[in-house]
Amino acid sequence: MGWSPASGFQPFAKTAQELQRFFMPANRFNGFTDLGIGIGLRVPHYNHILSKKPTVDWFEIISENYMVDAGRPLEILDQILEQYQVVQHGVSMYFGSTDPLSREHLKGLKRLVRRTSTPFLSDHLCWGSVDGSYTHDLLPMPYTWAAVKNTAERIRAVQDFVGVPVIVENVSSYAEFHLSEMSEWEFLSEVAEQADCGILLDVNNIYVSSQNHSFDPLDYVNGVPHERVGQIHIAGHSKYERYILDTHDHAVIDPVWKLYARAIELCGPTATLLEWDAKIPSFDEVHREALKAKKYLQAVREKAGAKRREKLALR
Amino acid sequence: MRPLNDDWQMQATAADGRAMVDVAAEFIKPNDRLTSFERIELYNRQYWFRLIDVFYEDYAGLAAILGETRFNRLCQQYLIQYPSKSGLLRFLGRKLEDFISNEPQLTEPQTAMALDMVRFEWAQIQAFDGARKPPLTPDDLLGKEPSQMRLRMQPYLTLLHTQHAVDHFLVAVKKQVPRGEASNASNGTIYSGKRRRSVKAGETFLAVHRLENIVYFKRLEPAAYEILTAIRDGATLTDAIASAVSPDVQPEAWAAQIQEWFKTWMSFGWFCRK
Repeated sequence: MGWSPASGFQPFAKTAQELQRFFMPANRFNGFTDLGIGIGLRVPHYNHILSKKPTVDWFEIISENYMVDAGRPLEILDQILEQYQVVQHGVSMYFGSTDPLSREHLKGLKRLVRRTSTPFLSDHLCWGSVDGSYTHDLLPMPYTWAAVKNTAERIRAVQDFVGVPVIVENVSSYAEFHLSEMSEWEFLSEVAEQADCGILLDVNNIYVSSQNHSFDPLDYVNGVPHERVGQIHIAGHSKYERYILDTHDHAVIDPVWKLYARAIELCGPTATLLEWDAKIPSFDEVHREALKAKKYLQAVREKAGAKRREKLALR
Repeated sequence: MRPLNDDWQMQATAADGRAMVDVAAEFIKPNDRLTSFERIELYNRQYWFRLIDVFYEDYAGLAAILGETRFNRLCQQYLIQYPSKSGLLRFLGRKLEDFISNEPQLTEPQTAMALDMVRFEWAQIQAFDGARKPPLTPDDLLGKEPSQMRLRMQPYLTLLHTQHAVDHFLVAVKKQVPRGEASNASNGTIYSGKRRRSVKAGETFLAVHRLENIVYFKRLEPAAYEILTAIRDGATLTDAIASAVSPDVQPEAWAAQIQEWFKTWMSFGWFCRK
Protein backbone atom coordinates (compact mmCIF):
# COMPACT_ATOMS: atom_id res chain seq x y z
CA MET A 1 0.00 0.00 0.00
CA GLY A 2 1.36 3.46 -0.86
CA TRP A 3 2.22 5.93 1.87
CA SER A 4 4.02 9.20 1.95
CA PRO A 5 5.03 11.19 5.03
CA ALA A 6 3.13 14.23 3.82
CA SER A 7 -0.14 12.65 2.82
CA GLY A 8 -0.38 9.77 5.25
CA PHE A 9 -1.77 6.43 4.31
CA GLN A 10 -3.03 6.43 0.74
CA PRO A 11 -3.97 3.20 -1.01
CA PHE A 12 -2.93 3.10 -4.67
CA ALA A 13 -5.34 0.28 -5.42
CA LYS A 14 -8.97 1.14 -5.08
CA THR A 15 -10.32 -2.43 -5.23
CA ALA A 16 -9.19 -5.84 -4.02
CA GLN A 17 -8.95 -6.96 -7.62
CA GLU A 18 -6.69 -4.08 -8.51
CA LEU A 19 -4.48 -4.80 -5.53
CA GLN A 20 -4.24 -8.42 -6.52
CA ARG A 21 -3.02 -7.54 -9.97
CA PHE A 22 -0.15 -5.47 -8.59
CA PHE A 23 1.21 -8.22 -6.41
CA MET A 24 1.67 -11.96 -6.84
CA PRO A 25 -1.84 -13.32 -6.52
CA ALA A 26 -1.17 -15.62 -3.65
CA ASN A 27 -4.72 -16.01 -2.47
CA ARG A 28 -6.85 -18.16 -0.23
CA PHE A 29 -7.61 -20.50 -3.13
CA ASN A 30 -3.97 -21.48 -3.62
CA GLY A 31 -3.20 -21.54 0.08
CA PHE A 32 -1.52 -18.12 -0.16
CA THR A 33 1.36 -19.63 -2.12
CA ASP A 34 3.46 -18.04 -4.82
CA LEU A 35 4.64 -21.12 -6.65
CA GLY A 36 6.09 -19.93 -9.96
CA ILE A 37 6.37 -22.26 -12.98
CA GLY A 38 5.90 -25.98 -12.53
CA ILE A 39 5.74 -29.14 -14.59
CA GLY A 40 4.00 -32.46 -14.14
CA LEU A 41 5.94 -35.17 -12.30
CA ARG A 42 6.15 -37.99 -14.84
CA VAL A 43 7.68 -41.49 -14.66
CA PRO A 44 10.13 -41.02 -17.58
CA HIS A 45 11.71 -38.11 -15.70
CA TYR A 46 12.10 -39.79 -12.30
CA ASN A 47 15.73 -40.79 -12.75
CA HIS A 48 16.76 -37.42 -14.11
CA ILE A 49 15.09 -35.52 -11.28
CA LEU A 50 16.47 -37.74 -8.53
CA SER A 51 19.99 -37.87 -9.89
CA LYS A 52 20.46 -34.39 -11.37
CA LYS A 53 18.25 -32.50 -8.90
CA PRO A 54 17.30 -29.77 -11.38
CA THR A 55 15.93 -26.46 -10.12
CA VAL A 56 12.17 -26.57 -10.58
CA ASP A 57 9.72 -24.28 -8.81
CA TRP A 58 7.22 -27.07 -8.20
CA PHE A 59 5.83 -30.34 -9.47
CA GLU A 60 2.22 -31.27 -10.01
CA ILE A 61 1.31 -34.89 -9.30
CA ILE A 62 -1.74 -36.79 -10.44
CA SER A 63 -3.20 -37.77 -7.08
CA GLU A 64 -4.53 -41.12 -8.32
CA ASN A 65 -1.03 -42.29 -9.27
CA TYR A 66 0.03 -42.07 -5.64
CA MET A 67 -3.13 -43.15 -3.87
CA VAL A 68 -1.69 -46.55 -3.02
CA ASP A 69 -0.79 -48.04 0.33
CA ALA A 70 2.85 -48.55 -0.53
CA GLY A 71 5.19 -49.31 -3.38
CA ARG A 72 7.51 -47.61 -5.80
CA PRO A 73 5.26 -44.62 -6.54
CA LEU A 74 5.25 -43.57 -2.89
CA GLU A 75 8.96 -44.27 -2.42
CA ILE A 76 9.72 -41.99 -5.35
CA LEU A 77 7.25 -39.37 -4.13
CA ASP A 78 8.88 -39.25 -0.70
CA GLN A 79 12.25 -38.64 -2.30
CA ILE A 80 10.79 -35.88 -4.44
CA LEU A 81 9.10 -34.30 -1.40
CA GLU A 82 12.45 -34.01 0.35
CA GLN A 83 13.57 -31.46 -2.21
CA TYR A 84 10.59 -30.04 -4.05
CA GLN A 85 7.19 -28.46 -3.56
CA VAL A 86 4.47 -30.75 -4.81
CA VAL A 87 0.84 -29.87 -5.59
CA GLN A 88 -1.89 -32.47 -6.10
CA HIS A 89 -4.10 -32.61 -9.17
CA GLY A 90 -6.86 -35.22 -9.42
CA VAL A 91 -8.60 -36.79 -12.39
CA SER A 92 -11.40 -38.87 -10.93
CA MET A 93 -13.26 -36.83 -8.30
CA TYR A 94 -15.83 -36.00 -10.99
CA PHE A 95 -17.30 -32.91 -9.32
CA GLY A 96 -20.17 -32.95 -11.81
CA SER A 97 -21.17 -36.55 -11.15
CA THR A 98 -24.42 -37.61 -9.52
CA ASP A 99 -22.83 -40.79 -8.13
CA PRO A 100 -22.28 -40.54 -4.36
CA LEU A 101 -18.82 -39.39 -3.34
CA SER A 102 -16.58 -42.35 -2.60
CA ARG A 103 -15.48 -42.20 1.04
CA GLU A 104 -12.65 -44.59 0.28
CA HIS A 105 -11.41 -42.29 -2.45
CA LEU A 106 -11.71 -39.27 -0.16
CA LYS A 107 -9.86 -41.00 2.64
CA GLY A 108 -7.07 -41.97 0.24
CA LEU A 109 -6.94 -38.41 -1.04
CA LYS A 110 -6.75 -36.98 2.48
CA ARG A 111 -3.94 -39.39 3.40
CA LEU A 112 -2.03 -38.18 0.38
CA VAL A 113 -2.73 -34.52 1.21
CA ARG A 114 -1.12 -35.08 4.61
CA ARG A 115 1.85 -36.80 3.00
CA THR A 116 2.51 -34.12 0.40
CA SER A 117 1.45 -31.05 2.42
CA THR A 118 -0.05 -29.78 -0.81
CA PRO A 119 -1.23 -26.17 -0.23
CA PHE A 120 -4.36 -26.87 -2.31
CA LEU A 121 -5.69 -29.55 -4.58
CA SER A 122 -7.45 -29.46 -7.91
CA ASP A 123 -9.75 -31.60 -9.99
CA HIS A 124 -12.06 -31.10 -12.93
CA LEU A 125 -15.43 -29.61 -13.71
CA CYS A 126 -16.75 -32.76 -15.32
CA TRP A 127 -18.32 -36.14 -14.75
CA GLY A 128 -16.91 -39.52 -15.73
CA SER A 129 -18.53 -42.41 -13.92
CA VAL A 130 -21.95 -44.02 -13.88
CA ASP A 131 -23.10 -46.52 -11.27
CA GLY A 132 -19.53 -47.06 -10.11
CA SER A 133 -18.05 -47.75 -13.56
CA TYR A 134 -15.32 -45.33 -14.56
CA THR A 135 -14.68 -43.97 -18.04
CA HIS A 136 -11.28 -42.53 -17.09
CA ASP A 137 -12.26 -39.52 -19.14
CA LEU A 138 -13.27 -35.95 -18.30
CA LEU A 139 -16.75 -35.71 -19.76
CA PRO A 140 -18.40 -32.32 -20.36
CA MET A 141 -21.51 -31.37 -18.47
CA PRO A 142 -24.75 -29.66 -19.41
CA TYR A 143 -24.44 -26.12 -18.05
CA THR A 144 -27.67 -25.92 -16.08
CA TRP A 145 -28.66 -24.35 -12.78
CA ALA A 146 -29.36 -27.80 -11.34
CA ALA A 147 -25.84 -28.87 -12.31
CA VAL A 148 -24.41 -25.73 -10.68
CA LYS A 149 -26.12 -26.62 -7.40
CA ASN A 150 -25.10 -30.28 -7.48
CA THR A 151 -21.51 -29.55 -8.48
CA ALA A 152 -21.05 -26.78 -5.90
CA GLU A 153 -22.41 -29.01 -3.12
CA ARG A 154 -19.99 -31.75 -4.12
CA ILE A 155 -17.00 -29.39 -4.17
CA ARG A 156 -17.93 -28.03 -0.74
CA ALA A 157 -18.17 -31.55 0.64
CA VAL A 158 -14.74 -32.47 -0.74
CA GLN A 159 -13.22 -29.24 0.53
CA ASP A 160 -14.62 -29.82 4.00
CA PHE A 161 -13.32 -33.40 4.06
CA VAL A 162 -9.78 -32.88 2.79
CA GLY A 163 -9.18 -29.69 4.73
CA VAL A 164 -7.26 -27.77 2.04
CA PRO A 165 -8.59 -25.34 -0.58
CA VAL A 166 -9.98 -26.92 -3.72
CA ILE A 167 -9.69 -25.35 -7.13
CA VAL A 168 -11.76 -26.59 -10.05
CA GLU A 169 -10.39 -26.89 -13.57
CA ASN A 170 -12.26 -26.24 -16.81
CA VAL A 171 -11.99 -29.20 -19.19
CA SER A 172 -11.64 -29.30 -22.94
CA SER A 173 -14.68 -30.67 -24.71
CA TYR A 174 -15.89 -32.01 -28.04
CA ALA A 175 -19.64 -32.02 -27.40
CA GLU A 176 -22.26 -29.60 -26.12
CA PHE A 177 -25.66 -30.35 -24.64
CA HIS A 178 -29.03 -29.04 -25.82
CA LEU A 179 -29.93 -28.70 -22.14
CA SER A 180 -27.35 -26.03 -21.36
CA GLU A 181 -28.78 -22.79 -19.97
CA MET A 182 -25.59 -20.72 -19.95
CA SER A 183 -22.10 -20.56 -21.41
CA GLU A 184 -19.36 -22.71 -19.99
CA TRP A 185 -17.57 -19.73 -18.42
CA GLU A 186 -20.80 -18.56 -16.81
CA PHE A 187 -21.25 -22.09 -15.46
CA LEU A 188 -17.69 -22.22 -14.10
CA SER A 189 -18.15 -18.82 -12.49
CA GLU A 190 -21.45 -19.80 -10.84
CA VAL A 191 -20.02 -23.08 -9.56
CA ALA A 192 -16.96 -21.33 -8.11
CA GLU A 193 -19.13 -18.70 -6.40
CA GLN A 194 -21.62 -21.17 -4.96
CA ALA A 195 -18.90 -23.58 -3.84
CA ASP A 196 -16.71 -20.69 -2.70
CA CYS A 197 -13.79 -22.42 -4.33
CA GLY A 198 -10.93 -21.41 -6.59
CA ILE A 199 -10.42 -21.92 -10.30
CA LEU A 200 -7.65 -23.69 -12.13
CA LEU A 201 -7.83 -21.87 -15.44
CA ASP A 202 -6.62 -24.14 -18.23
CA VAL A 203 -6.05 -21.81 -21.17
CA ASN A 204 -5.23 -24.68 -23.55
CA ASN A 205 -8.58 -26.27 -22.71
CA ILE A 206 -10.27 -22.92 -23.33
CA TYR A 207 -8.60 -22.73 -26.73
CA VAL A 208 -9.47 -26.34 -27.65
CA SER A 209 -13.10 -25.89 -26.64
CA SER A 210 -13.33 -22.52 -28.40
CA GLN A 211 -12.25 -24.10 -31.66
CA ASN A 212 -14.56 -27.09 -31.26
CA HIS A 213 -17.57 -24.97 -30.25
CA SER A 214 -16.87 -21.77 -32.22
CA PHE A 215 -16.69 -19.18 -29.47
CA ASP A 216 -14.14 -16.45 -28.82
CA PRO A 217 -11.69 -17.77 -26.21
CA LEU A 218 -11.14 -14.24 -24.93
CA ASP A 219 -14.79 -14.14 -23.87
CA TYR A 220 -14.01 -17.09 -21.62
CA VAL A 221 -10.82 -15.65 -20.18
CA ASN A 222 -12.45 -12.25 -19.67
CA GLY A 223 -15.62 -13.76 -18.21
CA VAL A 224 -14.37 -15.75 -15.18
CA PRO A 225 -13.89 -14.29 -11.67
CA HIS A 226 -10.18 -13.55 -11.85
CA GLU A 227 -9.75 -13.16 -8.11
CA ARG A 228 -10.63 -16.84 -7.75
CA VAL A 229 -7.94 -18.12 -10.11
CA GLY A 230 -5.34 -19.98 -8.06
CA GLN A 231 -3.41 -21.68 -10.85
CA ILE A 232 -3.14 -21.73 -14.64
CA HIS A 233 -2.49 -24.71 -16.92
CA ILE A 234 -0.87 -24.51 -20.33
CA ALA A 235 -0.43 -27.43 -22.72
CA GLY A 236 -0.27 -28.61 -26.31
CA HIS A 237 -2.96 -30.37 -28.32
CA SER A 238 -3.54 -32.14 -31.64
CA LYS A 239 -5.36 -30.55 -34.53
CA TYR A 240 -7.42 -32.73 -36.88
CA GLU A 241 -9.42 -31.75 -39.90
CA ARG A 242 -12.74 -31.18 -38.11
CA TYR A 243 -11.81 -30.96 -34.44
CA ILE A 244 -9.02 -30.51 -31.94
CA LEU A 245 -8.18 -33.14 -29.34
CA ASP A 246 -6.65 -32.22 -25.99
CA THR A 247 -3.74 -34.66 -26.18
CA HIS A 248 -1.05 -32.93 -24.06
CA ASP A 249 1.60 -34.25 -26.42
CA HIS A 250 2.92 -31.14 -28.15
CA ALA A 251 4.48 -27.82 -27.33
CA VAL A 252 2.20 -24.87 -26.57
CA ILE A 253 1.09 -23.00 -29.69
CA ASP A 254 1.11 -19.22 -30.03
CA PRO A 255 -2.66 -18.65 -29.73
CA VAL A 256 -2.57 -20.46 -26.37
CA TRP A 257 0.38 -18.35 -25.21
CA LYS A 258 -1.65 -15.26 -26.17
CA LEU A 259 -4.56 -16.49 -24.07
CA TYR A 260 -2.12 -17.13 -21.24
CA ALA A 261 -0.78 -13.59 -21.52
CA ARG A 262 -4.32 -12.21 -21.28
CA ALA A 263 -5.15 -14.49 -18.36
CA ILE A 264 -2.22 -13.35 -16.26
CA GLU A 265 -2.87 -9.75 -17.20
CA LEU A 266 -6.29 -10.16 -15.60
CA CYS A 267 -5.43 -12.57 -12.78
CA GLY A 268 -1.94 -11.41 -11.98
CA PRO A 269 1.22 -13.52 -12.38
CA THR A 270 -0.28 -16.81 -11.23
CA ALA A 271 1.25 -20.22 -10.49
CA THR A 272 1.61 -21.81 -13.91
CA LEU A 273 1.93 -25.44 -14.89
CA LEU A 274 2.82 -27.03 -18.22
CA GLU A 275 1.06 -30.34 -18.87
CA TRP A 276 2.89 -32.78 -21.15
CA ASP A 277 1.46 -36.24 -20.61
CA ALA A 278 1.98 -38.24 -23.80
CA LYS A 279 4.94 -38.72 -26.15
CA ILE A 280 6.88 -37.21 -23.29
CA PRO A 281 10.24 -35.76 -24.36
CA SER A 282 13.26 -35.32 -22.11
CA PHE A 283 12.95 -33.48 -18.82
CA ASP A 284 15.01 -30.59 -20.18
CA GLU A 285 12.76 -30.16 -23.20
CA VAL A 286 9.60 -30.14 -21.09
CA HIS A 287 11.10 -27.74 -18.56
CA ARG A 288 12.36 -25.46 -21.32
CA GLU A 289 8.86 -25.29 -22.75
CA ALA A 290 7.38 -24.48 -19.34
CA LEU A 291 9.91 -21.72 -18.72
CA LYS A 292 8.68 -19.88 -21.82
CA ALA A 293 5.97 -18.63 -19.43
CA LYS A 294 8.62 -16.49 -17.75
CA LYS A 295 8.61 -13.79 -20.40
CA TYR A 296 4.85 -13.37 -20.09
CA LEU A 297 5.01 -13.30 -16.29
CA GLN A 298 7.87 -10.83 -16.42
CA ALA A 299 5.93 -8.58 -18.79
CA VAL A 300 2.96 -8.51 -16.42
CA ARG A 301 5.15 -7.78 -13.41
CA GLU A 302 6.92 -4.97 -15.25
CA LYS A 303 3.60 -3.48 -16.29
CA ALA A 304 2.31 -3.77 -12.73
CA GLY A 305 5.51 -2.23 -11.41
CA ALA A 306 5.25 0.66 -13.91
CA LYS A 307 1.63 1.26 -12.91
CA ARG A 308 2.59 1.26 -9.26
CA ARG A 309 5.40 3.74 -9.85
CA GLU A 310 3.07 5.90 -11.92
CA LYS A 311 0.48 6.01 -9.16
CA LEU A 312 3.09 6.77 -6.54
CA ALA A 313 4.47 9.57 -8.71
CA LEU A 314 1.01 11.14 -8.97
CA ARG A 315 0.82 11.85 -5.25
CA MET B 1 -19.74 -48.40 -22.56
CA ARG B 2 -20.73 -50.03 -25.83
CA PRO B 3 -17.78 -51.62 -27.65
CA LEU B 4 -16.72 -50.24 -31.00
CA ASN B 5 -17.60 -52.06 -34.20
CA ASP B 6 -15.08 -53.94 -36.32
CA ASP B 7 -13.99 -50.69 -37.98
CA TRP B 8 -13.28 -49.09 -34.59
CA GLN B 9 -16.26 -46.79 -34.93
CA MET B 10 -19.24 -46.25 -32.66
CA GLN B 11 -22.02 -48.76 -33.15
CA ALA B 12 -24.98 -47.58 -35.14
CA THR B 13 -27.49 -49.03 -32.64
CA ALA B 14 -27.82 -48.30 -28.94
CA ALA B 15 -28.24 -51.03 -26.31
CA ASP B 16 -32.01 -50.49 -26.35
CA GLY B 17 -32.20 -50.94 -30.11
CA ARG B 18 -32.64 -47.28 -31.00
CA ALA B 19 -30.51 -45.75 -33.73
CA MET B 20 -27.52 -44.02 -32.17
CA VAL B 21 -27.96 -41.02 -34.47
CA ASP B 22 -31.33 -40.41 -32.78
CA VAL B 23 -30.00 -40.97 -29.26
CA ALA B 24 -27.07 -38.63 -29.87
CA ALA B 25 -29.28 -35.96 -31.45
CA GLU B 26 -31.55 -36.05 -28.40
CA PHE B 27 -28.77 -34.84 -26.10
CA ILE B 28 -25.93 -33.36 -28.13
CA LYS B 29 -25.84 -30.30 -30.37
CA PRO B 30 -24.23 -30.75 -33.78
CA ASN B 31 -21.86 -28.07 -35.03
CA ASP B 32 -20.85 -26.90 -38.48
CA ARG B 33 -18.33 -29.74 -38.84
CA LEU B 34 -19.56 -32.71 -36.84
CA THR B 35 -22.93 -34.34 -36.35
CA SER B 36 -24.23 -35.15 -32.86
CA PHE B 37 -23.33 -38.79 -33.54
CA GLU B 38 -19.77 -37.90 -34.52
CA ARG B 39 -19.30 -35.74 -31.41
CA ILE B 40 -20.33 -38.58 -29.09
CA GLU B 41 -18.28 -40.99 -31.15
CA LEU B 42 -15.11 -39.08 -30.27
CA TYR B 43 -15.67 -39.92 -26.62
CA ASN B 44 -16.72 -43.51 -27.36
CA ARG B 45 -13.55 -44.18 -29.35
CA GLN B 46 -11.32 -42.40 -26.84
CA TYR B 47 -12.64 -44.60 -24.04
CA TRP B 48 -11.67 -47.79 -25.83
CA PHE B 49 -8.38 -46.48 -27.20
CA ARG B 50 -7.33 -45.14 -23.79
CA LEU B 51 -8.06 -48.32 -21.86
CA ILE B 52 -6.74 -50.68 -24.52
CA ASP B 53 -3.58 -48.56 -24.60
CA VAL B 54 -3.19 -49.19 -20.87
CA PHE B 55 -3.36 -52.93 -21.57
CA TYR B 56 -0.66 -52.59 -24.23
CA GLU B 57 1.56 -50.86 -21.68
CA ASP B 58 0.98 -53.43 -18.95
CA TYR B 59 0.68 -56.59 -21.08
CA ALA B 60 3.08 -56.10 -23.98
CA GLY B 61 4.10 -59.78 -23.82
CA LEU B 62 0.50 -60.99 -24.00
CA ALA B 63 -0.13 -58.64 -26.92
CA ALA B 64 2.88 -60.06 -28.77
CA ILE B 65 1.67 -63.63 -28.23
CA LEU B 66 -1.87 -62.99 -29.42
CA GLY B 67 -1.22 -60.41 -32.10
CA GLU B 68 -3.02 -57.09 -32.13
CA THR B 69 -6.33 -58.26 -33.59
CA ARG B 70 -6.92 -60.97 -30.97
CA PHE B 71 -5.43 -58.88 -28.16
CA ASN B 72 -7.77 -55.98 -29.00
CA ARG B 73 -10.73 -58.37 -29.00
CA LEU B 74 -9.62 -59.88 -25.67
CA CYS B 75 -9.32 -56.40 -24.11
CA GLN B 76 -12.73 -55.30 -25.39
CA GLN B 77 -14.44 -58.47 -24.17
CA TYR B 78 -12.67 -58.22 -20.83
CA LEU B 79 -13.73 -54.60 -20.33
CA ILE B 80 -17.35 -55.44 -21.19
CA GLN B 81 -17.35 -58.07 -18.42
CA TYR B 82 -15.08 -56.15 -16.02
CA PRO B 83 -15.50 -52.39 -16.57
CA SER B 84 -13.18 -50.26 -14.50
CA LYS B 85 -14.56 -49.90 -10.98
CA SER B 86 -11.80 -47.72 -9.65
CA GLY B 87 -10.37 -44.32 -10.47
CA LEU B 88 -6.98 -46.02 -10.49
CA LEU B 89 -5.94 -47.54 -13.82
CA ARG B 90 -3.44 -49.89 -12.19
CA PHE B 91 -6.29 -52.25 -11.18
CA LEU B 92 -7.68 -52.52 -14.68
CA GLY B 93 -6.20 -55.97 -15.39
CA ARG B 94 -6.59 -57.62 -12.04
CA LYS B 95 -9.19 -60.10 -13.31
CA LEU B 96 -7.44 -60.78 -16.59
CA GLU B 97 -5.96 -64.14 -15.59
CA ASP B 98 -9.37 -65.38 -14.44
CA PHE B 99 -10.97 -64.04 -17.61
CA ILE B 100 -8.51 -65.82 -19.89
CA SER B 101 -9.03 -69.07 -17.93
CA ASN B 102 -12.80 -68.76 -18.23
CA GLU B 103 -12.84 -67.69 -21.89
CA PRO B 104 -10.12 -69.84 -23.49
CA GLN B 105 -11.60 -69.45 -26.99
CA LEU B 106 -10.26 -65.87 -27.02
CA THR B 107 -6.65 -67.04 -26.73
CA GLU B 108 -6.65 -70.54 -28.28
CA PRO B 109 -4.40 -72.26 -29.15
CA GLN B 110 -2.02 -70.14 -27.06
CA THR B 111 -4.11 -70.18 -23.86
CA ALA B 112 -1.46 -71.85 -21.67
CA MET B 113 1.18 -69.47 -23.00
CA ALA B 114 -1.16 -66.51 -22.49
CA LEU B 115 -1.89 -67.50 -18.90
CA ASP B 116 1.80 -67.80 -18.05
CA MET B 117 2.48 -64.41 -19.57
CA VAL B 118 -0.41 -62.60 -17.90
CA ARG B 119 0.61 -63.97 -14.50
CA PHE B 120 4.17 -62.78 -15.16
CA GLU B 121 3.08 -59.31 -16.26
CA TRP B 122 0.62 -58.91 -13.39
CA ALA B 123 3.46 -59.88 -11.01
CA GLN B 124 5.42 -56.92 -12.37
CA ILE B 125 2.54 -54.57 -11.62
CA GLN B 126 2.42 -56.01 -8.10
CA ALA B 127 6.18 -55.54 -7.75
CA PHE B 128 5.78 -51.91 -8.78
CA ASP B 129 3.00 -51.12 -6.31
CA GLY B 130 3.53 -53.64 -3.54
CA ALA B 131 4.45 -52.56 -0.05
CA ARG B 132 8.04 -52.80 1.14
CA LYS B 133 8.62 -53.66 4.76
CA PRO B 134 11.95 -53.13 6.57
CA PRO B 135 14.21 -55.91 5.31
CA LEU B 136 15.84 -58.41 7.63
CA THR B 137 19.55 -57.95 8.24
CA PRO B 138 22.05 -60.67 9.16
CA ASP B 139 22.02 -59.30 12.71
CA ASP B 140 18.31 -60.10 12.95
CA LEU B 141 19.13 -63.76 12.37
CA LEU B 142 21.99 -64.05 14.86
CA GLY B 143 21.40 -66.66 17.50
CA LYS B 144 18.12 -67.83 16.00
CA GLU B 145 17.47 -71.55 15.56
CA PRO B 146 16.73 -72.43 11.90
CA SER B 147 14.36 -75.17 13.03
CA GLN B 148 12.20 -72.53 14.65
CA MET B 149 12.79 -69.64 12.28
CA ARG B 150 9.92 -68.63 10.01
CA LEU B 151 10.83 -65.84 7.63
CA ARG B 152 8.42 -63.37 6.07
CA MET B 153 8.75 -62.34 2.44
CA GLN B 154 8.27 -58.88 1.01
CA PRO B 155 4.71 -58.17 -0.18
CA TYR B 156 6.02 -56.95 -3.54
CA LEU B 157 7.76 -60.26 -4.31
CA THR B 158 6.03 -62.89 -6.46
CA LEU B 159 7.36 -66.38 -7.11
CA LEU B 160 6.30 -67.94 -10.39
CA HIS B 161 6.52 -71.38 -11.92
CA THR B 162 5.63 -71.25 -15.61
CA GLN B 163 5.74 -73.71 -18.47
CA HIS B 164 7.19 -71.15 -20.86
CA ALA B 165 10.26 -68.92 -20.88
CA VAL B 166 8.16 -65.78 -20.42
CA ASP B 167 11.07 -63.67 -19.15
CA HIS B 168 13.28 -64.05 -22.20
CA PHE B 169 10.29 -63.54 -24.48
CA LEU B 170 9.23 -60.30 -22.79
CA VAL B 171 12.75 -58.88 -22.85
CA ALA B 172 12.90 -59.56 -26.60
CA VAL B 173 9.47 -58.01 -27.15
CA LYS B 174 10.28 -54.82 -25.25
CA LYS B 175 13.53 -54.38 -27.10
CA GLN B 176 11.71 -54.49 -30.43
CA VAL B 177 8.58 -52.51 -29.69
CA PRO B 178 9.28 -49.68 -27.20
CA ARG B 179 6.10 -47.80 -26.29
CA GLY B 180 5.72 -44.50 -24.55
CA GLU B 181 4.27 -44.09 -21.09
CA ALA B 182 0.58 -44.69 -20.67
CA SER B 183 -1.33 -41.48 -20.30
CA ASN B 184 -4.89 -40.37 -19.72
CA ALA B 185 -4.98 -38.79 -23.14
CA SER B 186 -5.65 -40.79 -26.25
CA ASN B 187 -4.74 -39.83 -29.78
CA GLY B 188 -7.12 -42.31 -31.36
CA THR B 189 -4.51 -44.71 -32.72
CA ILE B 190 -6.05 -47.61 -34.55
CA TYR B 191 -4.24 -50.89 -34.14
CA SER B 192 -3.75 -53.33 -36.99
CA GLY B 193 -3.22 -57.10 -36.82
CA LYS B 194 0.33 -58.43 -36.60
CA ARG B 195 1.82 -61.87 -36.75
CA ARG B 196 1.78 -63.75 -33.46
CA ARG B 197 4.95 -65.02 -31.82
CA SER B 198 5.54 -68.08 -29.70
CA VAL B 199 7.12 -68.31 -26.29
CA LYS B 200 9.68 -71.10 -25.96
CA ALA B 201 8.31 -73.97 -23.93
CA GLY B 202 10.20 -75.03 -20.84
CA GLU B 203 9.76 -75.05 -17.08
CA THR B 204 10.80 -71.67 -15.74
CA PHE B 205 11.10 -70.51 -12.14
CA LEU B 206 11.10 -66.79 -11.52
CA ALA B 207 11.14 -64.24 -8.73
CA VAL B 208 9.59 -60.90 -9.70
CA HIS B 209 10.72 -58.20 -7.30
CA ARG B 210 11.75 -54.60 -6.85
CA LEU B 211 15.19 -53.26 -5.99
CA GLU B 212 16.01 -49.56 -5.60
CA ASN B 213 12.69 -48.68 -7.20
CA ILE B 214 13.26 -50.76 -10.33
CA VAL B 215 11.27 -53.90 -11.08
CA TYR B 216 13.40 -56.97 -11.83
CA PHE B 217 12.75 -60.60 -12.57
CA LYS B 218 15.28 -63.23 -11.62
CA ARG B 219 15.51 -66.81 -12.77
CA LEU B 220 15.69 -69.33 -9.96
CA GLU B 221 17.02 -72.86 -9.76
CA PRO B 222 14.17 -75.30 -9.14
CA ALA B 223 15.51 -76.06 -5.67
CA ALA B 224 15.77 -72.34 -4.85
CA TYR B 225 12.15 -71.94 -5.94
CA GLU B 226 11.14 -74.85 -3.69
CA ILE B 227 12.88 -73.30 -0.70
CA LEU B 228 11.41 -69.86 -1.27
CA THR B 229 7.85 -71.09 -1.78
CA ALA B 230 8.13 -73.22 1.35
CA ILE B 231 9.31 -70.16 3.30
CA ARG B 232 6.53 -68.08 1.77
CA ASP B 233 4.00 -70.72 2.81
CA GLY B 234 5.15 -70.65 6.42
CA ALA B 235 7.68 -73.46 6.73
CA THR B 236 10.58 -73.15 9.12
CA LEU B 237 13.95 -72.54 7.56
CA THR B 238 15.03 -76.09 8.29
CA ASP B 239 11.92 -77.60 6.74
CA ALA B 240 12.09 -75.29 3.74
CA ILE B 241 15.65 -76.32 2.95
CA ALA B 242 14.89 -79.96 3.57
CA SER B 243 12.02 -79.79 1.06
CA ALA B 244 14.48 -79.00 -1.71
CA VAL B 245 17.51 -81.07 -0.75
CA SER B 246 18.58 -83.41 -3.48
CA PRO B 247 20.11 -86.70 -2.31
CA ASP B 248 22.33 -86.62 -5.40
CA VAL B 249 24.22 -83.54 -4.25
CA GLN B 250 27.03 -83.72 -1.72
CA PRO B 251 26.04 -82.08 1.61
CA GLU B 252 29.05 -79.73 1.55
CA ALA B 253 28.27 -78.53 -1.98
CA TRP B 254 24.62 -78.20 -1.06
CA ALA B 255 25.39 -76.13 2.03
CA ALA B 256 27.62 -73.83 0.01
CA GLN B 257 24.94 -73.42 -2.67
CA ILE B 258 22.20 -72.61 -0.14
CA GLN B 259 24.48 -70.17 1.66
CA GLU B 260 25.15 -68.40 -1.64
CA TRP B 261 21.44 -68.23 -2.43
CA PHE B 262 20.56 -66.79 0.96
CA LYS B 263 23.33 -64.25 0.70
CA THR B 264 21.85 -63.08 -2.60
CA TRP B 265 18.26 -63.05 -1.34
CA MET B 266 19.24 -61.13 1.79
CA SER B 267 21.13 -58.59 -0.33
CA PHE B 268 17.94 -58.10 -2.36
CA GLY B 269 15.98 -57.52 0.86
CA TRP B 270 13.50 -60.27 0.10
CA PHE B 271 12.97 -61.21 3.74
CA CYS B 272 11.38 -58.70 6.01
CA ARG B 273 10.34 -57.96 9.53
CA LYS B 274 6.67 -57.98 10.47
